Parts: sequence; C-alpha cells; structure tokens
Amino acid sequence: MGKVLEKEAFGLATKDESGVLSPFRFSRRETGEKDVRFKVLFCGICHTDLSMAKNIWGFTTYPLVPGHEIVGVVTEVGAKVTKFNAGDKVGVGYMSSSCRSCDSCSDGQENYCPKMILTSGAKYYDDTMTHGGYSDHMVCEEDYIIRIPENLPLDAAAPLLCAGVTVYSPIKYHGLDKPGMHIGVVGLGGLGHVAVKFAKAMGTKVTVISTSESKKDEAINHLGADAFLVSRDPEQMKDAMETMDGIIDTVSATHPLLPLLGLLRYKGILVMVGAPEKPLELPVMPLIFGRKMVVGSMIGGIKETQDMMDLAGKHSITADIELISADYVSTAMERLEKADVRYRFVIDVGNTLKPAP
Amino acid sequence: MAKSPETEHPNKAFGWAARDKSGVLSPFHFSRRDNGENDVTVKILYCGVCHTDLHTIKNDWGYSYYPVVPGHEIVGIATKVGKNVTKFKEGDRVGVGVITGSCQSCESCDQDLENYCPQMSFTYNAIGSDGTKNYGGYSETIVVDQRFVLRFPEGLPSDSGAPLLCAGITVYSPMKYYGMTEPGKHLGVAGLGGLGHVAVKIGKAFGLKVTVISSSPDKEDEAINRLGADSFLVSSDPRKMKVAINTMDYIIDTVSAVHALYPLLGLLKVNGKLVTLGLPEKPLELPIFPLVLGRKMVGGSDVGGMKETQEMLDFCANHNITSDIELIKMDEINTAMERLAKSDVRYRFVIDVANSLSPP
Repeated sequence: MGKVLEKEAFGLATKDESGVLSPFRFSRRETGEKDVRFKVLFCGICHTDLSMAKNIWGFTTYPLVPGHEIVGVVTEVGAKVTKFNAGDKVGVGYMSSSCRSCDSCSDGQENYCPKMILTSGAKYYDDTMTHGGYSDHMVCEEDYIIRIPENLPLDAAAPLLCAGVTVYSPIKYHGLDKPGMHIGVVGLGGLGHVAVKFAKAMGTKVTVISTSESKKDEAINHLGADAFLVSRDPEQMKDAMETMDGIIDTVSATHPLLPLLGLLRYKGILVMVGAPEKPLELPVMPLIFGRKMVVGSMIGGIKETQDMMDLAGKHSITADIELISADYVSTAMERLEKADVRYRFVIDVGNTLKPAP
Repeated sequence: MAKSPETEHPNKAFGWAARDKSGVLSPFHFSRRDNGENDVTVKILYCGVCHTDLHTIKNDWGYSYYPVVPGHEIVGIATKVGKNVTKFKEGDRVGVGVITGSCQSCESCDQDLENYCPQMSFTYNAIGSDGTKNYGGYSETIVVDQRFVLRFPEGLPSDSGAPLLCAGITVYSPMKYYGMTEPGKHLGVAGLGGLGHVAVKIGKAFGLKVTVISSSPDKEDEAINRLGADSFLVSSDPRKMKVAINTMDYIIDTVSAVHALYPLLGLLKVNGKLVTLGLPEKPLELPIFPLVLGRKMVGGSDVGGMKETQEMLDFCANHNITSDIELIKMDEINTAMERLAKSDVRYRFVIDVANSLSPP
C-alpha cells in the first residue's frame, strides 16, 4: 500500500503490465514551504505514458498514475514560494525535481541530472512513488512549475509541457532555429506536429517526411509545412538529397537512417527524439563524408521549458488535441498504440475525473 | 581509342599499382602531366601506408578503379613550380595529403573546406579535374596544384611526419570542429593503430586526459609508457568498462572493423561526443536510448581542408608530434599490407620511396 501522506487524492492508475487503468485513491504530501499545489484541469497523454503503463522499459513500479503534461490552477502555495500565487495557471512536465547542484542542473539542464525525479513513476525524497497528472491535483516544488501564458487555451497547451519542449530544446541547442534554414520533421504525430509549428515560428523552411502520402494535406494546409516528402518514394528522396540543415526524427519504430542522412547537407544534424527500443543501423560513410552528426535529446531544462511556453504564447502555438473524458482513457491508449489520433489526446480531468465510489 | 596509363600524359612515371582485388601491388609504368602554371612537381621521398590504401586495393568499398596506385601521405621535394606558384620554390620540402583537387569556388572551398567540396578529388583512385585518373604516392613523382601542396615545417622529420598528412589531420580536424580540445577534459581513444596513436599524442598536446580503449591488453604498456596516455581500458573486460561508465567527455573512435557502439556511448558523460573515423564496410548498430537519455552525439569527419592541414602540421612540429613508423622498402609493400590487415604494425608503415623505388 505504501506510506500514507497527509492529503487525499484520486486518479487513474495501472496496476499491472496489462496497462489497464482504473480508479485509484492515494495520498499526496502537504504543501511544503516551497511547494505549489494545483487542481489539475487537463493532462495530455504522451506515448511514454503507454510505455510506462505496460512496463515496456522494465522499470515501472505499480500502481502507476501516469501523466506528465499537466495543467491546472494553483490552489495553495507554500510560505517560501515567490513565483506563483493561488489562481495562477500553471503546468508541470516530465520532471518534478532534481539535485540542483550538479553540472547539468547548474547549466539549466535538470533533465540530464542523474538524480532527476520523474513526475510519474519515480521515487521521491520521502520514499513514496510520484503519481502523475491523471489525478485530481498535484503538489510540486516551485522550481519545476511552468507558468502558462494567459492567451493559450489550457487544454491545447498541456502537451507542450513534454512534446513541445522535447522538440524545442534540440532545435535551439543545435542552432537549427535560424531563419532560412531548412528543417525536416520525420513522423507526424504528437512530437512531429508540434515540431512543424515551432520550426515555422522560428522562420525556418519545414519539410515533413512521412512514409505515406496520407498526411500531406494536413501537413501543408493545416500545420503550415512548406513541403512534404514521402520517404518510400525514391525519386522524391533523391531530389531532396543534401537540402536540409537539420532533421527532427520523432519516429519510435525501427527505421532506416541512411535515407535521412542523405537528406542532410554538409554538417547537417539528425536529432533523435523518438526512442526506438532496438538499435538502428548507422551507415558511417555519410557521417564521415559530410561531417554530419546524429544526436539525441530528451525534454528540456526548466528555463528552456518556460522559454518554449512563452514562445508558444507569443506565436499562439498549441498542440492539436482530441479532448477526452477520464473514462475514455483506456480506449485512447489503444488508439494511441495505433497512432490513431490527430495528434494528442488530452484528458479533461477537471470536468470528468471522479473518485471511485 | 582510350589512351593507356603510359601514354595519356607526356611524362613517363613509375610506381607500384594493384591491378585487381587481390590487392597485390607490383611495378607499374604510367605517366604524369606536364607541370602547369599552378602546379608543383614533387620528387617523392616517403609515402605512408594508410589503412585506406589497403581497403582500396582490395576494393572493400566497391569503387576501386584498377590499376590503383595508392598513397596519400606523401613527403618530398619540389622540383618544379609553375609560374603562378607563389607559396613554394624549387628545393622546398613539401607534403601532399588525401586531396589534390576541388572546384575552388564553392561555399566549402571558400571556407577552406576543400574536403567537403562536392567536386573534391582524392589523390588516388579518383578522376582529377583534367578528366584523367589520379595516381598516388607509391611512385617517384607527383604533380599537384599548389593549393593542395603543404609546406613541411622545419623540425618535422620527413619519414615520421608523412603519416600526419592523413592520420594527423583525420584526428586533428574533428577535435577542433567538435570542440574536443578543452584542457583537463577526458578523451577516450578507441583503437590504437595509425589514427589512434596519433590521437593520443595530439590529445595530450591539447592538455586532455587521455584513456586508450582497446581490445588488446598487450598494448597497455606502449600506450602509457611510450605514447603518454594517462590510462588504458580493455574494452573486452566488462568490469573495467563498468567502472569507466560516464567518465569521458569525448571519444575518438578509430576502429575500422565493425564494432559495438553501445559500450563506448556508455563511457561518455552527458553531452558527450563520439567521433567515428574508421570506415567499416557494413553499418554499425546505433542504440538510440543512450543518445536520448544523455544528449550524446555521434559525428563523422573526413580529413581536413588545406588550411587546417597546414595548421595541424605546424601544431605537430611545435609539439614534436610525429607518427611511430616502420620504414619499409617498396618491394616489401605486399608483406606490409598483409601485416597491416592484422594490425601488426607499431603504428604506420612508411615507404622509403626515394631509396627503394626504381624502375626494373
């Protein structure tokens, strides 16, 4: 059962590797002096939630309350909190604490801190497991809370807390944000569609690379991509060779890297933000002959996440979502597994999550 | 009717060539062009034997155009200079490396990155700007556009300096480009051969801590006591590899056989960079999780531009960096190639061309 904390909470949890979610009562700590407590209004469903729910990566502890694209309204702040007040619209992403003193933390890269604590499914300092945003409220340390700009609708802003920063961080870090650059986005799902929006906002030319023609209209007419490339069409791929400065690869399935490396110009960068479980084949010659790189990236630091959110506010960037009720979550997970969503499910927690009777 | 190698140019030339993918080298008569107004004619003194020479004579990569005269680590004396040549005069000691041609007008060339010019041509086994095949340094002389000729610094010996023209620049360029030169940082060098041993020396000259990562425990003494590495990691020892996890800022991976990247990526700290320089015939397996979880990078690099190659030579001369070589005669080349295939050389063969190459 685990340690009981001071405040009651309720949510949806998975209890085993079936990944099936069911109502779950648990407890959260009192609002500490540096904590922010907020009522959850919306929570995005990230592919990671699915992997954790089913213990795909082998480190899930059950029961697990998923959810790390969480937005809501502050209800209470601790005595030493300076940045937030009750009534503020805030969010929390994939991480909710870190050591604050290592090189990564000092560099604003808490996401790479070896002691980084996940918002869902990790051990907290009080020896309890963290429970995520498929729940009625959250309590988090102030330093890991993100302010949501006033002009952004909360439901459609929620996925930015993970998907948004996951693509924003490497685009900035690797200097792929210069107007006029040509950026490719592989895969048009939760990460991919947000990558298109951010890259366009930064003034780059964007080509979506996809295995089928089916998403072309969406990509160009709805998301604003400049071009669309079908990766299975050798003629199209050939014409596009050596035209891109960077590629954001959001695909989690096994897929060939050689054609993507061919699309990159000299010193082009292939950013892997999807996480295929099996190693991919890396042909070395294209890297060598064009001084190209393959890099990985995982979410972003807290300041970066806030910068990303502020940029989203400035350009009115939100995710394209399908708002669902709490009792639809399991079905949504099944559809997510088949990539059957345009492009992120968001749970209407505030209106539809009820405690178990 | 196509001209033969002997007649396509006006000046007789002699070297050793491989004629098929057996890779066996033997005497070969061909010809070289007249010294044009931008050219330097080099009487070749020494030529290093690079692993690429071996790959090419055996057609490992599938694009060898036989007969192949290998050799792109060439040191010699300028015997003729064209009337537009300003950088060199007759009698100068010069070097010729991996590249002898580029368009000289694209963005890459304008940035002194001739090595990334789409029309870059290699010193051998490539078509030069005059449409004829390039023959490399296993020969008496070579005629090269002045842009691709290097001044060989005073104090850098011709024989042990020759391999720097490929091995040296191949490690120096990515170390500079990827920012792997911060004193005090920790560099891993995977593979201790022609590239690896030079990487150790250059790494130490940059003030880095250097660990050699090798599958051969018997190279430890050499690595530490002779080459100056700070430590040695046996890659086939799982316990030692585990202890070294998350300790390195950079890795220069010189291994040319197919090998596992996963253990090397584990050695890198967050934001660590691995540069792969070997050219295995098959793709490597790239595990993505380590890259994502640690924002790590795998990058490539291809020799260097001419300006950078000159900078590297001057750097090596200033730091007394040369290659460790085994000097051989031209007619020992086939045995040397067999030994090179087994990595049986400490660490580069260099052909004493001037003293051992003579037409039969």
